[in-house]
Amino acid sequence: KQEVSYTAPEGEGARAVPLAGHVGFDSMPDQLVNKSVNHGFCFNILCVGETGLGKSTLMDTLFNTKFEGEPTQHNQPGVTLKSNTYELQESNVRLKLTVVNTVGFGDQINKEDSYKSIVEFIDAQFEAYLQEELKIKRTLHSYHDTRIHACLYFIAPTGHSLKSLDLVTMKKLDSKVNIIPIIAKSDAISKSELAKFKIKITSELVSNGVQIYQFPTDDESVAEINSTMNSHLPFAVVGSTEEVKIGNKMVKARQYPWGTVQVENENHCDFVKLREMLIRVNMEDLREQTHTRHYELYRRCKLEEMGFKDTDPDSKPFSLQETYEAKRNEFMGELQKKEEEMRQMFVQRVKEKEAELKEAEKELHEKFDRLKKLHQDEKKKLEEKKKSLDDELNTFKQKKTAAELLQNQAQQAGGSTTLKRDKERKK
Amino acid sequence: QQQQIKNRLSHLPVVVGSHGHATSHSSGGGSTLLGYIGIDTIIEQMRKKTMKTGFDFNIMVVGHSGLGKSTLVNTLFKSQVSRRSAGWARDEKIPKTVEIKSVSHVIEEGGVKMKLTVVDTPGFGDQINNDNCWEPISKYINEQYEKFLKEEVNITRKKRIPDTRVHCCIYFISPTGHSLRQLDTEFMKRLSHSVNIIPVIAKADTMTIEERQEFKQRVRKELEMSGIEFYPQKEFDEDMEDKSDNDKIREAMPFAVVGSDKEYQVNGKRVLGRKTAWGIVEVENPNHCEFAQLRDFLIRSHLQDLKEVTHNIHYETYRAKRLNENGGLHPISSNDTQESNL
Repeated sequence: KQEVSYTAPEGEGARAVPLAGHVGFDSMPDQLVNKSVNHGFCFNILCVGETGLGKSTLMDTLFNTKFEGEPTQHNQPGVTLKSNTYELQESNVRLKLTVVNTVGFGDQINKEDSYKSIVEFIDAQFEAYLQEELKIKRTLHSYHDTRIHACLYFIAPTGHSLKSLDLVTMKKLDSKVNIIPIIAKSDAISKSELAKFKIKITSELVSNGVQIYQFPTDDESVAEINSTMNSHLPFAVVGSTEEVKIGNKMVKARQYPWGTVQVENENHCDFVKLREMLIRVNMEDLREQTHTRHYELYRRCKLEEMGFKDTDPDSKPFSLQETYEAKRNEFMGELQKKEEEMRQMFVQRVKEKEAELKEAEKELHEKFDRLKKLHQDEKKKLEEKKKSLDDELNTFKQKKTAAELLQNQAQQAGGSTTLKRDKERKK
Repeated sequence: QQQQIKNRLSHLPVVVGSHGHATSHSSGGGSTLLGYIGIDTIIEQMRKKTMKTGFDFNIMVVGHSGLGKSTLVNTLFKSQVSRRSAGWARDEKIPKTVEIKSVSHVIEEGGVKMKLTVVDTPGFGDQINNDNCWEPISKYINEQYEKFLKEEVNITRKKRIPDTRVHCCIYFISPTGHSLRQLDTEFMKRLSHSVNIIPVIAKADTMTIEERQEFKQRVRKELEMSGIEFYPQKEFDEDMEDKSDNDKIREAMPFAVVGSDKEYQVNGKRVLGRKTAWGIVEVENPNHCEFAQLRDFLIRSHLQDLKEVTHNIHYETYRAKRLNENGGLHPISSNDTQESNL
């Protein structure tokens, strides 16, 4: 067997060397982008907020389209999540957009458990991805990623402060998803009140330790705009799909008797800022943060929960996978056992039922036999009676004939004289 | 050299789908856009991100000594990136065993940084008895998969798992002019299922154009008969467009190449070439040899695809096989003994 010797000075200490001409690997980003374009992109937004805060309208406005759906009622018994997926296309970019809405959030009298369905939903998407990642035969690169990339938290435009429901919910979500807080229906607040409101909200978030999503400032090309935008959070938005003529253009707006709120006018609201940040500048970063931070955290916690530990330098490199497989086999074994048990039980029940039915059948037969016998007995009795009656009848007939005969004889004796007399008379 | 972005509009229905998760389902709605949203900016966002993080690329060269492997790699990347130039002394003796020697460099072009690792295999095919000389190579390739897998199954994972997996293995065929040698087919047969193999005809300037064409045909036929699937493999063509592009490449392979890192003046231009008494063989001249085709194929159009096939297919195959072995994990011996106790 041949010996192998390695001399691999790899790693970070690689020397930089100059190129003597154009090689062509500067097309790598293009190659990579092309592959992604062919593959299509995925983006999943979760809208959390009370009923009536304009979540659906804002989505329609952001994506310039009319997503389906009826406005929901306010009498939901609990919080559910409704998700819809749409395929959008702009030039050659295909986007699979999933919009998840909370239904019934904030409508209940007791809102203690409101956040639970949301957390469960987010975790369920992580779980689905984790399951796929742990499979033996997996297809990760064609997996439809349903993990939530951005959570728009809709704050009611009270003008005062955050509701306790908002604080509790955001606190529960901030380690699981990128939260972007927005002030909904912000045309209900005046500009001066809005500034105060934003400051209040921001300070409450900070004092409660809520980690909202920060637009990244490490890339020089976007650092400036991102840090400016960070200071404008939470965005005060207005949504509208109706168009009004302003000047000689049709713009999205809300028309009031005292004026028109233009959605895309930066003096009127922060809608444009939201769109810039959410879609045009940081969509990719939102996806990356979800995968490298939130998902990894979920995965780590989940695996530790299941009892896995990382490997020590000199022992089992595959404790994770092997134990996982072992657990899975165990689970499958249990499942099979249960199945077997159920099958046995079923067979047993069938047998019992069958026996019951047989019993019943037997009884019926017996009953039938009894009845039949009864009937035969009766019949016999009747026949006997009939026979005896017949005998009686016969005897009676005999007696009658005998009596008649006697009578006739007696009559004949008298009758013949009558006859003689008749005859003599005639003569 | 901007890559034309493939236009997919024609053969894709805009499918409107839906799926409900939590507790309610709802049918998907229309998707007619009335105005610019900006989702196509994700291309720029993605491009910026990848330029910031840079790329890793690992290329392996296999062939017996003297076939110009190091020179070819240097010519491909227009830089002294091979083992020979990295300070390793040119081997005085041909090693008695197959060694695996890898060397990494960072090269930059157009703002794109690439960490290029060249893995050389001196000693391959040089012995009298070359039995199993592919084994150390196969072992090395699998070890890189193993390394990656180990990182992937950690509880706390690195943000970016270092990728040392071999993305591409260039196999140098000796320009005998006759046919493939047994070692060639043996090697390629065994390794084509665990790594992307690109066969090239080395030192093509020793054959005339006609001889080269005939040799190529024969080699192609032999590869086909031995069932060797070299890169780009037919079964991984993603769609019709891919297939037609790749078919053209497959028909032209194996490329007959010449390597050189010396420049000469030809017709007023400085070109890379080999000077002979009867003329200068211009490396990048498509009439002289097929180096330019190889370079375009390898670097300018399929570099990312090589990585993806390695990651999505070869690595996954290794992983699935590995995870199916219940407890049958062989201790991987290396210089620092790290046995698995399972």
